[in-house]
Amino acid sequence: MPESLTLLIAPFVVLNAVIGIVTYVTLLERKFAARMQSRIGPYRVGPHGLLQPIADALKLMMKEDIVPAAADRPVYNLAPIVFLLPCMFIFATIPFAPGLGVADLNIGILFFFAISGMEIVGLFMAGWGSNNKYALLSAMRAVNQVISYDLPFIFAALTPVLLAGSLRLSDIAAAQDGLWFVFYPVIGQLAFIAFVLSTVAAENRAPFDILEAESELVAGFRVEYSGMKFALIQLGEYAHILGSSFLGALLFLGAWSGPGPEWLGPGWFLLKAMFMFLLVTWIRWSFVRIRVDQILALSWKALLPATLLLLLATAVVVVWRANGGA
Amino acid sequence: MTSDQARTLIGARFSSAQIDGPGGALVVTVPLDQWAAFAQFAKDDLGCRYFSFLTAIDWKELGLEVVVRLDNLDDNMSVTMKTRPGPGVSLCPSLTPLYRGANWMERECYEMFGIQFEGHPDLRRLLLPDDWQGYPLLKSYAVDTPYPPYR
Amino acid sequence: MTTASPARLEVDYAGSERLTMNMGPQHPSAHGVFRAVLTLEGETVVGVDAVIGYLHRCHEKLAETLTYAQYPSIASKTDYVAAMTSEFAYVRAAETIGKIEVPKRAQYLRVMAAELQRVASHLLWLGTWCMDMGGALGGGATIFLYCIRERELILDLFESLVGARLLYGFYQVGGVRYDLPAGWTATCRETVDLIDRRIGEYESMLDDNPFFMARCQGVGVISRELAEDVGISGPLLRGSGVAWDLRRADPYSSYEDFQFLVPVESSGDCFARYGVRMVEFRESLKIVRQVLDGLPEGPVSSRPGLKSVAQTRIPKGEAYARIEGPRGEVGCYLTADGSAKPYRMKWRGASFSNLSVLPHIIPGHKVADVVAIMGSVDPVFGEVDR
Repeated sequence: MPESLTLLIAPFVVLNAVIGIVTYVTLLERKFAARMQSRIGPYRVGPHGLLQPIADALKLMMKEDIVPAAADRPVYNLAPIVFLLPCMFIFATIPFAPGLGVADLNIGILFFFAISGMEIVGLFMAGWGSNNKYALLSAMRAVNQVISYDLPFIFAALTPVLLAGSLRLSDIAAAQDGLWFVFYPVIGQLAFIAFVLSTVAAENRAPFDILEAESELVAGFRVEYSGMKFALIQLGEYAHILGSSFLGALLFLGAWSGPGPEWLGPGWFLLKAMFMFLLVTWIRWSFVRIRVDQILALSWKALLPATLLLLLATAVVVVWRANGGA
Repeated sequence: MTSDQARTLIGARFSSAQIDGPGGALVVTVPLDQWAAFAQFAKDDLGCRYFSFLTAIDWKELGLEVVVRLDNLDDNMSVTMKTRPGPGVSLCPSLTPLYRGANWMERECYEMFGIQFEGHPDLRRLLLPDDWQGYPLLKSYAVDTPYPPYR
Repeated sequence: MTTASPARLEVDYAGSERLTMNMGPQHPSAHGVFRAVLTLEGETVVGVDAVIGYLHRCHEKLAETLTYAQYPSIASKTDYVAAMTSEFAYVRAAETIGKIEVPKRAQYLRVMAAELQRVASHLLWLGTWCMDMGGALGGGATIFLYCIRERELILDLFESLVGARLLYGFYQVGGVRYDLPAGWTATCRETVDLIDRRIGEYESMLDDNPFFMARCQGVGVISRELAEDVGISGPLLRGSGVAWDLRRADPYSSYEDFQFLVPVESSGDCFARYGVRMVEFRESLKIVRQVLDGLPEGPVSSRPGLKSVAQTRIPKGEAYARIEGPRGEVGCYLTADGSAKPYRMKWRGASFSNLSVLPHIIPGHKVADVVAIMGSVDPVFGEVDR
């Protein structure tokens, strides 16, 4: 197949797959949450609610697009797109199987971090452009929180990078052939816990979701969005969560390694990503949220020093091992 | 501090106060000019630091009557103070400087009966819209007085 | 109500600027219709102007037009979450003035209904408070659904007893309106045992949950002196160290026959009030069991089936009857003039006094704490606005 065609087809396939998985992941979350709350969840639309996401997507497409009269139009209209694009780009460097990915850059994980940090721009644009006190308050909290938690997120994710010795994501996955990094004594487990915690916080999931805190700010920065723009924001959020789940599965759970033939690899990968996603969801539906100053205190005073120390410890262990230590 | 001790103390201090009420309940009617002084006395000497409620009754030709109930939680005693500003008079000293709980109660009394509480920091309508005309709980105010539901 | 704010506001956030934010009448955690005009400096609240009256239905004027037999059903609409105790205050006031005897069986049934209502009300409090703090899409909703599931069991009991789930009409001057249907006591015992176990689950979920404690401890401290000065009551008062429960201090309707503890905590913050209410759950269930064990036979009303308006007359007099409701002291100050309708009825709503403590304790806290404090104060706006 000519190179140019592959370059067009691969992203197309990945994007569609991602959007498909994202829509059904919302259903998975709803069913999971429902069972936790001793109820059933979506049940009527399609067998066992399987057509619910399609119905939701159709509904959002058909809704009226209300723009507040005093909103800053260019900023307001561009915000969902600026928010969505980075959330889609993060899938570019993730290899779904050895050799199967859009662009297996040799700085793969760095690209992931850099581009996922861009979505905060879209978030703030949404809050500002809505010309709404609640939205603005929420956007300011968001900037604070996402920036504070991106740092521990990066440091926790750098631990597997140090253990594998490469920034390329397929190398990190391959280095887990013998032992998944989550089972690496002490360091692996600590890094995994720190990773999950910072993921939950960086994606504004409860208990760190003061950003949207409906009971106080009524949907936060997306309060003025309706219809397709709201759908784009939702899509971006869930795509980001999914991307972080895939990254977590790759960094810690061995990506595509699992019993059975090679072509089952992507299937195992998907399963592990779902496990990470459900972990985040389980935390979300169990805890009340804490205040914004407590969230920031947790990040700067506890998580960041802890992940820094962990990184240093990992470096020491790696060098010690390389020099023939036991 | 029992009810009987309170009765003696009140009788000694406020000679113009009428203490009635059968046996247990202590109901004291004080003249208007001693209203705040009696409340201060109840708070300091009778130990009634708990502010239960403040309300008013419209006795038509006899005028209005302001009723306040104070409780002494430690000794399980309560004092109900009443005063009559007099027919046609709707002025009363405010108890808000003494008891913070009187704030909202007096605002409600003002908007329902038209009693002006002197010394209240923020006397405006509480439950009804600011542009309401009339004082609803007065007997002269008809139950079915119309008010436009929209603005 | 204050004037409307301009359509386009100058959002010039320079850190020390004051922002006036409306936590308006339509708000997911306003617990009803309540408007708080908050003045914010960054995230800290520096001033609160509480605007109430959105649910004002002129109960006090209405009571002057309804007879003593007609009003109890309306009284339940003040504190609609705990309707039984609301009716209780009114009928007790009328009975005190008219010196009307209430048969023993009726007194026990009244106590049982009031205590079951207390459990149902506290379940709703816990669910909605956690939902306010945790979000309707999050951990709060989980606890909310569990609490509602239990509350439904109690409402089913009430439905088979009275016919209504939320607003009854069970209490009448002279007794209660209905007797227990067949099989009701067995269902009641099962329900009480089930709820007892489930409350253990909630305690294990919340008692040492670090997120929950971080949200509640040290937040909304009401000092003992402020508590008495403002006149708050119920779990708020007991959470601030004042051991005052009307069921103990001024026993009514045979409460002196029952053994129960009155929880008191001294820290005065949201966590203390939470602790008080969690203990009250168990104590109320204890009282219900004691009532069921010792329920005497007899009539359920001393004035059953009133046939004419003349029979509902209460002689001249006045009385203040107070009840320990789930939210505090619910009182009815009744002035009777010898006719079938009261001359003046003053409703002392527990939530009215409880809510008036907000402007004194909120300044200094963050916006998120406003929600936590409001939930722990547990206002019901039917009582506040009447």
